[in-house]
This record gives sequence, structure tokens and C-alpha cells, in this order.
Amino acid sequence: MTISIRSVEKTFGRYPALNSVSLEIADGELLALLGPSGSGKTTLLRVIAGLEFPDNGQVLYGDQDMTYAGAAERRVGFVFQQYALFRHMTVAKNVAFGLDVRKGAAKPSKSEITQRVDELLRLVELGELGKRYPAQLSGGQRQRVALARALAVNPSVLLLDEPFGALDATVRKSLRKELRRIHDATGVTTIFVTHDQEEALELADRVAILNQGVIEQVGTPQEIHDNPVGAFVAGFVGESNRLEGEVKAGRFRIGDLQFDASGAVDGPAVAYVRPHELVLSQGGGEGTFGLVANHIAPQGAVARIDGTTAGGLRLEAAFARQAVADLRPGARLDLSVGRAYVFPA
Amino acid sequence: MNRLRHPTEDPPWAKALILVIVGAFLASVLILPMVSVFFEALRKGLPAALEAIGTEDARAAIKLTLITAAISVPFNIVFGVCASWAIAKFEFPGKAFLITLIDLPFSVSPVVAGLIYVLVFGAQGWFGPWLIDHDIKIIFAVPGIVLATIFVTFPFVARELIPLMQEQGVDEEEAAVSMGASGLRTFWSVTAPNIRWGLLYGVLLCNARAMGEFGAVSVVSGHIRGLTNTMPLHVEILYNEYDFVGAFAVAALLCFLAVVTLVLKTVLEIAQPPSRPGRH
Amino acid sequence: MGLTLALLSLIVLIPLSAVGLKASEQSASEFLHAAFNERALTAYRLSFGAALIAAAINGVFGLLTAWALVRYQFPFKSLVNGIIDLPFALPTAVAGIALATLYAPNGWIGALLVPAGIKVAYTPLGVIVALTFIGLPFVVRTLEPVMRDLASDVEEAAASLGATRFDTIARVILPALAPAWLTGFALAFARAVGEYGSVIFIAGNMPYKSEIAPLLIIIELEQYDYAGAATIAVVMLSVSFLMLFVINAIQAWARRLAA
Repeated sequence: MTISIRSVEKTFGRYPALNSVSLEIADGELLALLGPSGSGKTTLLRVIAGLEFPDNGQVLYGDQDMTYAGAAERRVGFVFQQYALFRHMTVAKNVAFGLDVRKGAAKPSKSEITQRVDELLRLVELGELGKRYPAQLSGGQRQRVALARALAVNPSVLLLDEPFGALDATVRKSLRKELRRIHDATGVTTIFVTHDQEEALELADRVAILNQGVIEQVGTPQEIHDNPVGAFVAGFVGESNRLEGEVKAGRFRIGDLQFDASGAVDGPAVAYVRPHELVLSQGGGEGTFGLVANHIAPQGAVARIDGTTAGGLRLEAAFARQAVADLRPGARLDLSVGRAYVFPA
Repeated sequence: MNRLRHPTEDPPWAKALILVIVGAFLASVLILPMVSVFFEALRKGLPAALEAIGTEDARAAIKLTLITAAISVPFNIVFGVCASWAIAKFEFPGKAFLITLIDLPFSVSPVVAGLIYVLVFGAQGWFGPWLIDHDIKIIFAVPGIVLATIFVTFPFVARELIPLMQEQGVDEEEAAVSMGASGLRTFWSVTAPNIRWGLLYGVLLCNARAMGEFGAVSVVSGHIRGLTNTMPLHVEILYNEYDFVGAFAVAALLCFLAVVTLVLKTVLEIAQPPSRPGRH
Repeated sequence: MGLTLALLSLIVLIPLSAVGLKASEQSASEFLHAAFNERALTAYRLSFGAALIAAAINGVFGLLTAWALVRYQFPFKSLVNGIIDLPFALPTAVAGIALATLYAPNGWIGALLVPAGIKVAYTPLGVIVALTFIGLPFVVRTLEPVMRDLASDVEEAAASLGATRFDTIARVILPALAPAWLTGFALAFARAVGEYGSVIFIAGNMPYKSEIAPLLIIIELEQYDYAGAATIAVVMLSVSFLMLFVINAIQAWARRLAA
């Protein structure tokens, strides 16, 4: 099912949560809504689910206008951060709920429901736990139940609100892979909200970045990371050194540092430089500067260096381990900026 | 607009219906009875009502009620603090059973509460002959009234404090003791500030019950006018003598006390919101 | 610790045991007669029956009241919230004479019911009214915090799974409230069974008709039939213990579900 969001606006009191948001989600896509808290990402998800209604704009499922349809009419699967399981029902009853509340001809037979529940519990790898109560499960298991329950109704779209937010780091990682596997197995259009960029970039086909009720950028994880369209995305996604300086004649300058900024307009500007875009420079030509290493932290194949320039700027750089194997704190490196994202301040 | 309703909201017609039902129910069971107390008391004007409160018997009843509360409330505080301290800070077998026992007076009929003291201290009771020999009167006298009141108010303070102290655990006290504070010092400077709101809350309810208890006191009092009549008993006597203005005038005084209690309770709940079900 | 046990024993346990000892001074047949003669049986029937009906009334209206307090905004809400606790704060005798006057045939509410042929004061119906007054806050105050903690996401989950509002209430909300609701019901019932002060003014106190069990104890005391009074007290105490046990069991069950 394709989902189209057209110029959706939503305010809570005087606080605008969504400001003319438009977004197309392709059939079978796995899309992440990424943004800081208060960016409107959860509101957008709830508008898609029919748990909130927009003040203006449209929500289309396929070519059907669903803007003012209630949640019950939309056939969405919604997974909540705090699981929202029915604690007086067994796991199996929880999963069966969406089928159980159907009326008349739409309601499957008992054996069909049992079969569907078994199938879903196997899909989320909880085959044996159908008779347990939610209170007897771990957090990760509860979220799997919530996922199975949402999938039971064959939803036209699966919506997840910070699905792994309440779980600890290791469980979160494994469930992340699990969600990808389940998405690939079912092919259901899936939208999930997260504030964890690692989660969004690792899991999603495409990522939509929200900030203050506006979509800043939509693209594949690689596009988002490598070609941020604005200062917010450049600063929010991935790590970077943020530098406030000035652009003059195609070069960005700050203190003793300067590098290429062709295309940027003259005037005050902000530059974002990823740690790995600070490159070792032998030549010593234009743009080369010195960095005194204060602290060196090896991380897998990479060594991260925290240093200070002669002008007093603190920068973080990252190199392949063997390239700086002999480096000790206090040593001086000659560097230049490989690539920077420069935006007018 | 109906289609725009949030899924956790009830339809407006259901809302209106529920509010009307609840309003009618509360009016007929709670609000009108309270209003009628003041209305009946003032039926013959304020002077008549004031006169009824000012009679010698009424003044004696007010005095006895105050004395009863003045003894049973402090007792309740001492017991409540000791009991909740023992329960919250120490581990011992049968703890859950002990908590149930402390709650027991809540589920005992007040009449039974009065009866047990008649059976123990009455003329026919265990200590009856001995008490008569020594010319000590408990039943049909003030000590019996106080005892019965203590029984029915027994759990009030303890019940408020036990969960409060359990929640706070022993960490802070242990920290204080490890810094060299003495037991009493620890209590005053660490424990007492933590429990003061719960304590006040319990005292408030305990006091309301102590001043208003009827069943238990009725059994042990003997209804001797001017001597063993508390305010609620005085209300009964006047009512049964068809002195309605008098009965309702004293009742209005008690009702006013109840309203003050409710207001203070609300204030306390704002100071420290209740966190547990089933407080009473 | 020692002080706690000593006071508990002196004030509660030892006097309570006096009831059992006094009752056991009789022979078995005397005991059975005192406990289960016709007049006593009618009194139990009224006390337990009226308490049960009153608790049920409170179960329904208390649920609605708690729901309105937690979910709705309406004028004078904090005033209404405060007045719920009136039965805890108002002396029972005051409640008794107020209700008796209000529901008497010439009272504000009683007069309205006369044309319909309904007599409340001085009948078993009056007992039910008084016991409803006494029990209301137990149900409301037990339900309220649980209702407040009922996460809205559970309701949203039900709605997103296609449940109608009615289904959501019947299959998700009410079952989640069940333990608290039962606890409130049991507390209201336990309190109502032993209630005396608010009832005697409105009951009429006719033997075999509108006489409650606690009143019977008082009557036997006035006739110096201590063993008889103790016997009825034993029956009532047994019910109290049973109720305590039931309430504890409900709460243990609720804790297991909430873990």
C-alpha cells in the first residue's frame, strides 16, 4: 500500500507540531521518521494511523482519502513504545484480538484464528509462549508480541513508534535485525519513528528527517549521510565538527583554518566536517594546518583523535588504525579538510 | 465532527449521559443529605440552632467528644509510628499477617467493637467483679468510650505510614547512622520529615472518625446525659425525642467539622498526591 | 516491635477473643439457636442482602463516578472530587438522621417517591440507601488510581486493531479494572455489613422486617443476654475475616497481572 501525505498541518494549542508536511511512502517500503524529540515525528505517525487528525491536508492510502477515517477503519498495525499489551489476556489472546473483534462475515473461524496466531508467534520466534501472560515476559519478548499482534490483522501499513526505545542496547540491536527480517518476509509497508540515527540508517530503505514540524530531507541512508541538504541534517546525522566562520571567494575561513567551499555564498557560514574528512596531508600547501593530538582512542579499525589546532580550535579526527599506529598524545599531525558541508549561517 | 473524535474519547452523548447519571446519584446520596443537615438545623432560624448547641448537655457532649479525640488521636500517632517503623524497617516472619491484623478493626462492625469491651470490662465481664471491688468504672463511663474509639481508629495512622516507610526503605537511615547519628536523632532528622504528610493525613482521618464514632461508643456509653454522651450520641437522643432542630444543630456542627476535614484532606493531597489505591 | 505487638494484643486481639470465649460458654445447641434463630436469620439476610445490593449499586455508580472524575472535565470538578470522601468524614449518626429526613415520605426525595408508591425510609430500601452512602468512596477511591494509570496507548492499540469503542471498553478497559473494581466492591460490602449508625435511623428497626444484625447485638445486650450478643458477633466476625481474606486474595491476583 502506498501512503501519501499531502501538506499536513497539525497544531496542539498554539504549538505547531506539523507544518505543511508532504511525504510519499512506496508500497513495501521501510521508512524511518528520524528527528529530535519535539520534531513532530510521532505526531506524523499518529496522523497516519488515525490516532490524531490533521487540521489541514490529506492522508491517502493508495488513492483512497483516509484523512478523517478513524483508527479502527484504517487497518493499520500500530506498535507502541511501551508495548501496550492487554495484560489480562494471554499472549495468544493478545495476538488474536484484532481478528476476534471483527464482526459477522469478516470474522475468521476459531481454527483460522488459532492457525494465524501460531503462524505469527512462530514468525516473531515466540512459538512456545502463547499461553503466558505479558507480565511473565521480558521487554524484548513483549515487543515481539506487540509486533505479532499488529501483524495479525494483515495491516495495510505497519507503524512503529520508537519500538525499541524502552529496551536495553543488546536486545535493541537484535530486534532491529528481526524487524528487517519480518518486513522482508511480509512485504508490508512499514514506517517507524526513532530518535536513534544509527537505528534509522541501519534499518530503513529511506529516512525522512524531521525538525520542528518540517521534513528537512528524505532519502536513502547514504544520501542523507553523504549529501545533507541543510545545516540541521548535516549536524544531526553522523558525527561532525561544527565550525562557525566566514566564506570569502569560495573558501571557508576560521582562525588558522581554511578550506574549499566553492559554490557557497560569501558571508558568515557554518561548516560541518566529518572526522574522517580530516585527511593527513604531506604537502603542506594551502589549507594544511597542524593538529596536536590530546587523546587517542582506538575503536576497531579506526583510531579517533581529539586534538587542538594552533589557533585553539578543538577538532575530532578519525583515521585508519595503522596510519597513525605510532602516534602518541602530544604529537603534531599535518591535516587538511577533504570535504565539508558549508551552509550560510 | 463526530468522525474526528480521538479513539480514547467517548462520544459526546455518552459523556453527557454519564455526567447526568453521576450528578443525580451524587446529589441524592451525598449532596442533598449534607445540605439538608444545615437546612433542618436552621429551620427555626439561627438563634434556635445556637441555643440547641449552647445547652448544658450539648456543651458536655462537645467537651467529651473533644476529650475522647484528644486521647485517642495521640495514642494513634504513637502506635502508628511504632507499628509502621517495625514493619517497614525490619524483616520478620508473619509480617504480612501482622499488617492484616492491624487492618482488622476496619472490617469489624463498630457494634462488635463496643461489645468486646463490655465483655471484658462490663459488670458480667472478665474484670467486672474486680473493677467493681476497686470502684473503677470503665463501661458506661469515659474510659470505655475512649477505649472503643481507640479500637475503631486503630489502623488509621499505621495504614498511611506503612507504605510510605516501606517505599523510603532504610538507605537514608543507614546513611545517617553510618555518619554517627543516634537512633532518636536519626528518627527526628531523617525519618520524621519524610513521613510528615502521610502522618498528617492519617491524623486527620483518625480525628474525624474519633469525633464521629457512633456504633462502638453507643454500646459502651450507657447514654448518661451530661456524663457519657458524645456529640453523635447526643444527636441520637435529641432526634429520638423529636427535637429535630436540636439534633440537626449538633449534627450541623459535626457536618461542619467533616467539611473542614475534607478541605484539609484536599490540601494535603495537593501537598503530597496519594499514590496508592484504597486509602480510607 | 514489642510495643506494637503488645498494644495490638491488648486493644484488639485479647478483647476480640472475649467474644469467642463468651460464645463458647454455651452448649452447641444453645449456640446454634442463638446464632441461627428465625429473628437472627432475618437480620443476617437484611444485613448481608442490603450490603450486597448497596455494594452492587456502588459498583455501577462508583464506576461511572470514577470514570467521570478521571476522564471528563466538568464544572465544580474539584468540589465533587472532595465530596466523594464525605462518608469517611461525616459521623454516621449525622448521615443517618439526614438520610432518614430526606427519604421520609415528607422529605425532599421521599415526597417525590410517594406518588410512585415507593417507600424508602423505615423499610429495607432505606437500609440499602444508607449502606450505599457508606460504601461509595471505597469503590470510587479504589478505582480512580487504577483508571488513571490505565495507559491510553492500550486503548489506542485496541482501536488500531479495529475494535469499536464498545469493544474496547468491554474487552480491554473493564477487564483491566476488574481487580480494583472487585476490591472496591468487597471493601464497600465489608463496611456495609457491620454498619450501624447511619442505618438505624432510616431502617425502622422492625423485628423480622427491618432489623439489621448489629442492632440485634445491641438489643440482646440491653436484655443482658451477653452470650447471645457474643454469638451474633462471632457470626459477623467470621464474615469479616472471610472478607479480609477475599480482599487480600483479589489484591494478590491484581499484583500478579501488573508485574
